[in-house]
Amino acid sequence: MGNHSDGSPSHSGTVATAGQNEVEKFQDPGLPPHRLRLADTDPRAAKRAERQVAILFGASIVGTFIFLVAYFAIDLGDSSIATIRTQNLLLGLGTAFAMLGIGTGIVHWAKALMPDHEVSEERHAIRHEEDRQAAVRIVDDIVEETGIKRRPLIRNTLIGAIALAPLPAVAIFGDLGPRPDDKLAHTMWAPQDGKLKRLTRDPDGTPIKASDVTIGSAFHVIPEGLNELHEGKLNEKAKAVVLLMRLNPESLNPSPGREDWGYNGIVAYSKICTHVGCPVALYEQQTHHLLCPCHQSTFDLTQECKVIFGPASRPLPQLPIAVDAEGYLVATSDFKEPVGPSYWERDQHERQINS
Amino acid sequence: MKALSQKRRHPLAAIALLLMGLLVTGGLYAVATTVNQAKAQTTDYSASDVEEGGKLFAANCATCHGMGASGTKDGPSLVGVGAAAVDFQVGTGRMPMQMNGPQAYEKPRQFNEEQTKQLSAYVASLGPGPSIPEEHLLDEKGNAAEGGELFRVNCAMCHNAAAAGGALTRGKFAPALADVSGKHIYEAMATGPQNMPVFNDTNISPEGKRDIITYLKQIEANGSPGGADLGAIGPVAEGLFVWVAGLGVIIAFTIWLTSRTS
Amino acid sequence: MSAKSTAEAPFVAKTKVGRVTDFVDSRVGGSPILREFGRKVFPDHWSFMFGEVALYSFIILLLSGTFLTFFFDPSMAETHYQGSYTPLYNVEMSVAYSSSLNISFDIRGGLFMRQVHHWAALLFVASLGVHMLRVFFTGAFRRPREMNWVVGGVLLILAMAAGFTGYSLPDDLLSGNGLRIIDGVIKSIPVIGTYTSFFLFGGEFPGTAIIGRLYVLHILLVPALILLMIVIHLFMVVIHKHTQYPGPGRNDGNVVGYPLGPVYAAKAGGFFFIVFGVIAIMAAAFTINPIWNYGPYDPSPVSAGTQPDWYIGFVDGALRLMPGVVNGFHFEYVIFGYTLTLNVLLPALVPAGIIFTVLFMYPWIERWITKDDREHHVLDRPRNAPTRTAIGVAGFTWYCVMWAAAGSDLIATHFHVSLNDVTYWLRALFFLGPVIAFVVTKRVALALQRKDREIALHGRETGRIVRLPHGEFIEVHAPLDEYKRYKLVGFESPSVLPAVPNEHGIVTRKEKRRAALSKWFFEDRVAPATPAELEAAHGHAHHEAIETAEQKSLSH
Repeated sequence: MGNHSDGSPSHSGTVATAGQNEVEKFQDPGLPPHRLRLADTDPRAAKRAERQVAILFGASIVGTFIFLVAYFAIDLGDSSIATIRTQNLLLGLGTAFAMLGIGTGIVHWAKALMPDHEVSEERHAIRHEEDRQAAVRIVDDIVEETGIKRRPLIRNTLIGAIALAPLPAVAIFGDLGPRPDDKLAHTMWAPQDGKLKRLTRDPDGTPIKASDVTIGSAFHVIPEGLNELHEGKLNEKAKAVVLLMRLNPESLNPSPGREDWGYNGIVAYSKICTHVGCPVALYEQQTHHLLCPCHQSTFDLTQECKVIFGPASRPLPQLPIAVDAEGYLVATSDFKEPVGPSYWERDQHERQINS
Repeated sequence: MKALSQKRRHPLAAIALLLMGLLVTGGLYAVATTVNQAKAQTTDYSASDVEEGGKLFAANCATCHGMGASGTKDGPSLVGVGAAAVDFQVGTGRMPMQMNGPQAYEKPRQFNEEQTKQLSAYVASLGPGPSIPEEHLLDEKGNAAEGGELFRVNCAMCHNAAAAGGALTRGKFAPALADVSGKHIYEAMATGPQNMPVFNDTNISPEGKRDIITYLKQIEANGSPGGADLGAIGPVAEGLFVWVAGLGVIIAFTIWLTSRTS
Repeated sequence: MSAKSTAEAPFVAKTKVGRVTDFVDSRVGGSPILREFGRKVFPDHWSFMFGEVALYSFIILLLSGTFLTFFFDPSMAETHYQGSYTPLYNVEMSVAYSSSLNISFDIRGGLFMRQVHHWAALLFVASLGVHMLRVFFTGAFRRPREMNWVVGGVLLILAMAAGFTGYSLPDDLLSGNGLRIIDGVIKSIPVIGTYTSFFLFGGEFPGTAIIGRLYVLHILLVPALILLMIVIHLFMVVIHKHTQYPGPGRNDGNVVGYPLGPVYAAKAGGFFFIVFGVIAIMAAAFTINPIWNYGPYDPSPVSAGTQPDWYIGFVDGALRLMPGVVNGFHFEYVIFGYTLTLNVLLPALVPAGIIFTVLFMYPWIERWITKDDREHHVLDRPRNAPTRTAIGVAGFTWYCVMWAAAGSDLIATHFHVSLNDVTYWLRALFFLGPVIAFVVTKRVALALQRKDREIALHGRETGRIVRLPHGEFIEVHAPLDEYKRYKLVGFESPSVLPAVPNEHGIVTRKEKRRAALSKWFFEDRVAPATPAELEAAHGHAHHEAIETAEQKSLSH
């Protein structure tokens, strides 16, 4: 491939084929002649452009005043949204005028009144060969003077030292967080001192009676005692939130071993999506589908929350529930598997829980 | 509660209630109303309301919902859905449905206030169910902040945090709630129309529902403090706006800036 | 400014300003700098301004961000909101969210600054993206600018990092759920995922550390890196000088445009104020990130329409498109007793990985295929490099499919279609879209080249129909002047470069692959018109209207 401006012999063929680079080319005619602007020839046009620029700068001054007036004259004391909106609008428009006035003024000035001759500047080689040679000589001299090539002992120990030196800088971040251990495998639903946890309403924490849950209802549930936690409340909530629904007992098809996890058609499932952890809170009471609003994973309640659409791969974990002596719903145990998104040790934890 | 709800579903109970409903109307209500319905009746239905409603029902609704509203394969039984369900479905134009589809759309209502009331009276007479909420629950003077919390936990996942609506599966959707009357919002919570879950009074108390309506009406009246809300649907609208309008205006400026003046 | 000492008598400034200038200049050596750069030439074209938009947005981000730091408190301690926004009064929330609300409602101009900051952030990343598209489609990444292309790519990633860390700071429900998704993605990483999540959040999600940590990244580390990269980027721009579009008087040995002082400096300087003004209008009249709607972060609620800001959208879209179960095959499975979550890991890392790897490698890939190691300072018009343009459009289409998928629920509600159908269509387009885009773009580019050829040889259609004496009707074509013609013909059209043996006389397998790619790259080409062709066209000028079809010379 030759340089595009090579003056190769003319070629009469009209079809350029592979390997034929010698086709004659059009010669560069050079920069087109400069065209004068109205303001270059007509002094009145120049005067007009000058006035326009001044008006734009004037608009900027007005904008600055609008801003200042809006800032000092509008009192947010009455805390009405309309006031805030008005102030925001005026502050913004003031700024916009102030900025656009200056900007358009300067540009108009440059376009209409400053010289508009395009000029051509030569490009220079980014690197000259003699510079390269000089640089190589200098580097050679430096290397020679350090003697690093002649003294491999120094070189090798230095490399070793530098390679190891960053390790403390990595290690010092070891306390960024605690070890995960099996924290992800347990939630607040585990019975405490033999006492089963009641299902309570989110957000107020009042317990729920089985009779409260009518067919078609969906209750957003947190474990008893969550609101009283002083530390790590949100951490526990992030694992323990549950959706409680009641449907016709005939439409539920519990698998062996899970027949007594619900009560009279009332079932509780973890609200934390098994995909990446959004709350799967959309319950369609007629189709019995649960939908995650973040990535549209869809779970079928009548098939123990099996995934029927979307990116999740695993059913939502079910919370085994029953009714206590006073008629309140309680969790008979913690979840039988870790809730929420999958993680590397998840299967290990699941086996641990069920052993 | 449980025992009652099972009895309600017994076919004989439906017929018995139908007969009773035709004979005694208003008086029955006070007896039949349980915790799951609004505490009292705001509208007193007369016997003629029930009668007229029955005629309207037979002419307009019975094709799908069956004679006596006992349900067919095209429409569910309406025994026990209550006056609130009828007032919501008919009052927002969702019923009668235009055609069978994933979901009934809101459209211009086909029955006037009087007819809606008669239909409600008729369906209410079939069996006890949520009634039309009392005026004081719709006064929009509840606690907006508590209503906001309840709304975010129970409603925002479908209806969007700013009540701008959202998508459900297979063509269904949760509608935007702006311009929906407080009464209809209340009735929707109490009855769970279509795929919306039921939020009975033990789940969200009448006062809680009042707070939610207060919250919704307050944010609707407030408008967005920052200017136009771009549909209040979040970052997608914002991204679209910056690419189309923001960059569009900037490109217009760059073209002006690099063009030659005449 | 005229402070220049001569050998004979030391220069003495006459005015006060002159004396101060001379004082500084004689100590820092400003004169040679001004002499070098004061009249440096910059080519002028609207598409060259996007880098400046990004730079100016970044300056506006620094200014507005500094204001916000004076009032923002990144603490995740619990508090009850006591500010003036009544729909949240006394609601339990973090101090971070409460202080964000205070900025919005109780500090004059705070809401405006928040909106300026957020709009500027969206514009910053958008203009970076458009700038990179411009650089790609015009071939400005070729030697000597390959490294600057890479620096630009790093800037894009840093800009996304800056955006995401900032998006999460107010600790509202929307950004909290965004963090939760990030946590889910991190946990899907094999072996180290769980530990990484615990280290990032200082324990279990959400913990009480993450906002403070993101804050330090957002206001210190990431902006410092961005600044460093901008300095390197601009330094290289100065060394390389700007590229220019092909045209009369422009070649690889010169740069044609306006001198820095005064015209270019005025235009570029004025443009800063224009960008600021446009952002101010958006912040004045259009709400962005209404955190008061979303409420404080709480792991239980979520809002319909939960999406990240647009620049993270393509990853979120990829997460949505990936099916978790296909024909009973679960993408999450247990391997040696450990859980591998490919339904999260693949979409989160693979598309972004492919896009950025190809983006960073592309200058070297093209250099290897074309064996073109010359310096290029004259840009390609996109149509004159049909295969590259087609590759770019195909890649952008792929990105856009994922981007659109992030809004699948909103597409469903706004166009009254089924959410599931939108997903099925986008899944198909994920694979088909780039192929269709490639074919269509290449055809369009070649067609435009042919159109150029025709105009160069036969002139522009005037729309004037003339009847000749013998009854024939022809349309009169107006010939181009030589400057306009040169714009259409002054480009290179490289042809296929067959495999050549190496020094041992062997054609290696790698070389054969290169030759095959070269064929794919340059097989379809339209050669620029030549003077001889123009001569021939003029010879037939009187009946060119019917002969144009035969004059087109296209080689395959």
